[in-house]
Amino acid sequence: MTITKKLLTSAIASALLVGGAQAEISNNTVKIGYLADMSGTYRDLAGPNGLKAMEMAIADFGGKVNGAKIEVVSADDRNSPDAASSTARRWVENEDVDMIGGLVASSVSIAVSNILEENDRLGIISGSAASSITNEHCTPNHIHYVYDTYPLANGTASAVVKEGGETWFILTADYAFGHALEGDVTRVVEENGGKVIETVRHPFPTSDFSSFILQAQASGADVVALANAGADTTNAITTANEFGLTQSGQTLAALLLFLTDVHALGAETAQGIQLTTGWYWDMNDETRAWSDRFMEETGVRPTMVHAGIYSSTMQYLDAVKATGSDDAQTVRKQMMETPINDMFAKNGIIREDGRMVHDMYLAEVKTPAESKGEWDLYKIIRTIPGDEAYRPLSESKCDLVTQN
Amino acid sequence: MSMILGVPVAVLSGQLMLGVINGAFYALLSLGLAVIFGLLKIINFAHGAMYMLGALCTVLMFDAFGINYWVALFLAPILVGCFGIALEYFLLRRIAGQDHIYSLLLTFGIALIIQGVLTNIYGVSGLRYSMPDVFKGGMNLGFMFLPYYRAWVIVAALLVCFGTWFMIEKTRLGSYLRAGTEDSQLMQGFGINVPLLISLTYGFGVMLAAFAGVLAAPIYSVSPVMGANILIVVFAVVVIGGMGSIAGAVITGLLMGVVEGLTKVFYPQGSAAVIFLVMVIVLLIRPSGLFGKEA
Repeated sequence: MTITKKLLTSAIASALLVGGAQAEISNNTVKIGYLADMSGTYRDLAGPNGLKAMEMAIADFGGKVNGAKIEVVSADDRNSPDAASSTARRWVENEDVDMIGGLVASSVSIAVSNILEENDRLGIISGSAASSITNEHCTPNHIHYVYDTYPLANGTASAVVKEGGETWFILTADYAFGHALEGDVTRVVEENGGKVIETVRHPFPTSDFSSFILQAQASGADVVALANAGADTTNAITTANEFGLTQSGQTLAALLLFLTDVHALGAETAQGIQLTTGWYWDMNDETRAWSDRFMEETGVRPTMVHAGIYSSTMQYLDAVKATGSDDAQTVRKQMMETPINDMFAKNGIIREDGRMVHDMYLAEVKTPAESKGEWDLYKIIRTIPGDEAYRPLSESKCDLVTQN
Repeated sequence: MSMILGVPVAVLSGQLMLGVINGAFYALLSLGLAVIFGLLKIINFAHGAMYMLGALCTVLMFDAFGINYWVALFLAPILVGCFGIALEYFLLRRIAGQDHIYSLLLTFGIALIIQGVLTNIYGVSGLRYSMPDVFKGGMNLGFMFLPYYRAWVIVAALLVCFGTWFMIEKTRLGSYLRAGTEDSQLMQGFGINVPLLISLTYGFGVMLAAFAGVLAAPIYSVSPVMGANILIVVFAVVVIGGMGSIAGAVITGLLMGVVEGLTKVFYPQGSAAVIFLVMVIVLLIRPSGLFGKEA
């Protein structure tokens, strides 16, 4: 009943808005800023290829929305909240940027979303992991699109516990993201009847993991979980392999692993590892078709972040078109009311806390025998429905949810 | 099982062993830095980039031409060494005799350029390099599983370190080197080609870094940014040992590997900082470093 009412109101609202279309797009230009790590640890999973994905979306959209031109500016945030903040401030205060996309390091996204809230512009976060972005750090001015630590823990950790991994050793990157993931994993393990017997926090970044792997072996835990990302994870997996961790009967669980990481490790080293992902290029004809185009542009297969950037840019432009406005609240409202159905997500819904809820996938890295090419790396073993994957609103600490 | 401070002895011995292995890397890298600083008074901030080039060369030569590990162990340092000599000849030579800060800034800039260009081409996720077949597997020492490759790293690093020390301190060529840097005009008066000697020394220091890079290729993720993190630690090692002291660099390198390894057991969060803590203490008590000559 309420849904029909909502739909009806929004239909009338948008019809009214479309009436006054052109004048509502400021400067007759929709200006999008792409802010991401272009040169550091997180370059490959988003970086310059994420900008390509955004440009592909704009080109596919036709380069114009309701007669207004679409412009893109981009910058390297160097994974520094300070650098990112000053760029974001310049963009929204002096250069009329309407929406900022990309956004990878969680600390960067939190800093930038505060600036967007002050200036009432929109941010669409595709790369960050911390679930706090739409929990205690939620604002009415950003959307968290691709994944977060909550489903990562839910997907991988609960699957591994159910397979008999009762005692856990968690190796955590010693900063905000790692702590968040460690917390989420501990909760999931305990809920499923498992037990975390030891956690070790390693400095970020670390290149030599041999000492930590030795501690993990000595702990005798069934499962050695890696609550870290990027080069830290690949280094830890390589070392675990060298020291025969899995051969001695322990299970290795990597909680955040991107396609680019698995590609760097190769099927030989990474085979059998289970991971949770928001998207994979080789899931169906739609994802394959888009990935082929992406590969033609960039020479590599897209990560879930690349696909998310394309999809969210498309959704954003659709909303601008439908409302005829580039006002942050108008567009965000329209996006919340439009289910997402494209190559990235089916029936994806943006909630009031800004979380885009969509199905997640539990995947396993193929063995070299199963893998038919350098990017043929995952087999999807389970689809985790969006509602089950993400933090339910009833547990939310977000002001936008609790005040209603 | 007997325990020390709540940690089983077996675990501790394993960690000591790993500390020595990591220390072997520190020793190799700080040795190159110490040779370059001690003999040429150049603060070589491009050292991390040279280490990375050594590893990257190994991977690329294998991918493109199928050149195996053993050949790369010689060929990669030679190629990178030649690159170093070219750098010295075309760039560093022009600022010889200026304040240290010039060589520091120049080499730092070179490192950033090399790293930036290669990042653009190869990305940062790391390139794959398989371990040579002979090193696959390992032995059970009772207290730990020691992969064969890690054992080889210790042997290779220590041999090269000893060879370098011997060459500089005990051979005629080494004595030329040391004399040439003390008083180059006098040496030239004796008919010795000092500029050539300097180029070769820089090239040799760079070769040591590249050699460490080849050793690292099978066990660490090889990427254009791999040298940036390790460089600062290695500088701290050189400062602790005493700038320019060759034996000091090697001994301190091994020692710091062990100190870091033990920190990883007792207080892992502090393992990135412990070497710098040691550096501060050493500088306060012995400003010229553990093995440096008192100024």
